[in-house]
Amino acid sequence: MGIAAEAPFHVLAVDDSLIDRMLIERLLKTSSFHVTAVDSGSKALKLLGLVEDEQINEEPPSIALEAHQDVEVNLIITDYCMPEMTGYDLLRKIKESRSLKDIPVVIMSSENVPSRINRCLEDGADEFFLKPVQLSDVNKLRPHLLKSKVKDEEDQQIHDKGINETEVIAPDKTIPKNIVTKNG
Amino acid sequence: MDGIVELQRQLIDYTASLFHEGFLDEQFNQLQQLEDENNPGFVVEVVTLFFEDADRLLNELTKALGQPSVDFKSLDAHVHQLKGSSSSIGAHRIHRVCISFRNSCEEQNVEGCLKNLQQVKHEYSLVKDRLETLFRVRG
Repeated sequence: MGIAAEAPFHVLAVDDSLIDRMLIERLLKTSSFHVTAVDSGSKALKLLGLVEDEQINEEPPSIALEAHQDVEVNLIITDYCMPEMTGYDLLRKIKESRSLKDIPVVIMSSENVPSRINRCLEDGADEFFLKPVQLSDVNKLRPHLLKSKVKDEEDQQIHDKGINETEVIAPDKTIPKNIVTKNG
Repeated sequence: MDGIVELQRQLIDYTASLFHEGFLDEQFNQLQQLEDENNPGFVVEVVTLFFEDADRLLNELTKALGQPSVDFKSLDAHVHQLKGSSSSIGAHRIHRVCISFRNSCEEQNVEGCLKNLQQVKHEYSLVKDRLETLFRVRG
């Protein structure tokens, strides 16, 4: 069995504009990313395994928003201005989710509004791109993905160590899914 | 052979004129850069989508401005979409008019909006004609 090539990073792109979805998909594929493009924040959350239910929302968030991630996503890039759920709303939901909060999130917007940009960056966005997005912007994504990968591996080492030594009881006793490493 | 070289030169000149006259901007170059042997029809595909989208939006805008009481919020949302998509394909002049159009919406200026709509329709028909010509030649 030869050395398998690293699976490409999987980027989830969210934009309500069909043209912009086509564009971001082409930009990402040109940069050798695997891409899934959806047209709304709610579809993105569904894909990520975060399902919102009006009844469940009465429960404490840690139970309601537990993700069962079938699809591994390494980075989320989302438009800011979208009907129903903005990119900022999506960012907040992701950062509030125990299992998804470590996924890097990038926001795109056609409007250069400093207060908007600052708010997104302060609330956890890793980058903010002004549209139209260029290849040079997409080239900025890889460091965030590599950093995330290193963190995943470190977390895995800590996790393994924890199992070997005395059992550390986490407050919620759940093990976030993103600690599982990819098979080589 | 000379005929082909001549055609290629004309294509280059024609494309250059579209940039020079402000119909297209740098973003169009970006689109062309994303086209390669694996994705030969990319530019035509995206621009065609833009035409369909623009047709739809211009219809919506015309309808909205024909209402007895104009819904400026809805109007602005449609202009915002057109502004975004025209920017994404490099349709510079349409993008510029959309910026003015959004200002008119913000001011709730019906006269201004009607004028802007006329301008957008005019710019749209010009750039559509130019691009269709370009695609006929370049493929």
